[in-house]
Amino acid sequence: MNIQLISKEEENIVKAIIGGEIDAFTAPMLREKLETVQHMADLHAELEMSEVSYMDSTGLGVIVAFFKNVNANNGHVKLTGLSPRLKRLFDITGLGEIMDIETDDKGGSES
Amino acid sequence: MPQEIERQYKEILREYMMRQTEQNLYEGQNFSRQLIQKNIAPDEVISIHKATLEEIYPELPMTVWNSFDLLIEMMIRYGLAHAEHQSLLQQQEELKVEMDLAANVQGTLLKTTVPVVEGLEIGLVSVPARRMNGDYIYFLSDHVNNAGVAVADVIGKGLPAALCMSMIKFGMDGLQDATADPEKVLDVINRIVEKSVNDDMFISMFYGRYNVAESIFTYATAGHEPALFYDAKKGEFSELHAKGLLLGVVAKASYEQHSVKMETGDFVVMMTDGVTECRTEEGFIEPEVVMSLIHSLRHEPAQTIVDNVYKELEKMQNFELRDDFTLVIFKKTS
Repeated sequence: MNIQLISKEEENIVKAIIGGEIDAFTAPMLREKLETVQHMADLHAELEMSEVSYMDSTGLGVIVAFFKNVNANNGHVKLTGLSPRLKRLFDITGLGEIMDIETDDKGGSES
Repeated sequence: MPQEIERQYKEILREYMMRQTEQNLYEGQNFSRQLIQKNIAPDEVISIHKATLEEIYPELPMTVWNSFDLLIEMMIRYGLAHAEHQSLLQQQEELKVEMDLAANVQGTLLKTTVPVVEGLEIGLVSVPARRMNGDYIYFLSDHVNNAGVAVADVIGKGLPAALCMSMIKFGMDGLQDATADPEKVLDVINRIVEKSVNDDMFISMFYGRYNVAESIFTYATAGHEPALFYDAKKGEFSELHAKGLLLGVVAKASYEQHSVKMETGDFVVMMTDGVTECRTEEGFIEPEVVMSLIHSLRHEPAQTIVDNVYKELEKMQNFELRDDFTLVIFKKTS
């Protein structure tokens, strides 16, 4: 897994470009990175995931925790570039209903 | 004892100094095993070597003896590291014993009985990938007219997941109402879970209830893998979808509830992602593969179906489960 954080802190904007496999072994790294920004007030975070080839429930847990923390601080999380497989994971878990998600094929927000 | 060791070592060293054969070298190897067993530290071994050498070759120059003193000093750390290693091994052994005990407690605590109601066969297989199971099955039945089953998957594996699922058990125990609607069951469990878990912990759960008098299967899901419905007349599978968020994410979640009428030969397959996310060296095992496997067994009793599906998928994954594996089938027989 690789992750690159691009932040414009003066505007409370953070974009994380994530790639590779997010599983029980790599999820803690992702958590660590995201934890460095999640407590900023009014954060606008985007997780770009078009290069994520696989994510299991541990990875999902990290993203849910991030989502909950950012929301608690009046921020917003958007997920972009999800593959159909990932999109299915968010749909099945019902998270697609409460999170702002853009899929790979079309640009429009679905939530 | 140390004298005995010195004596033996002297023998081995003397032999080796005379003849540098494989056999004599091998003697040394064996001897070192004995030393490790007796917890002799590396610096002590060098002390023994030095003392023995002094006896055999007293005429060696002072610089050689001095060099041994430095070497002994350097080996002291290794000795400490070795002692630490020994104590870790012991601790690990103790933890293993505790884990075994915990797994037994889990087994007893989470035991559930497969209900028997007329006209319905229930097949169940649930196998943990590690010692503790992160999948959980709970049956709720009046043993006459209603048979309900909760299939839950706690995110994460091992001990934390196992602890987490006792929450579901006590929540379900509290309900004790086999006629309860699935949407209500999930709502109750969600409230319990939401109050008690960490941010990154959650549970997916499917709850389904079969009513004997009406032959109706009613279900709701909290972010769980959709169940499969096999329509015997059409010979087709369909997914039983319902909207519903994972347990433990928000306090007030609402769960959609749907029903499906079952005819003789129809069955519902409930599972965890250990079944749908099977991975082999070549990649994922496609859901179609799992479906056609179940289809080929459709005339078998429910328990035979789940047992055989498990055996086949286990084989495809080289007998190495990556995730806890749970499969439940409700099959209408009459």
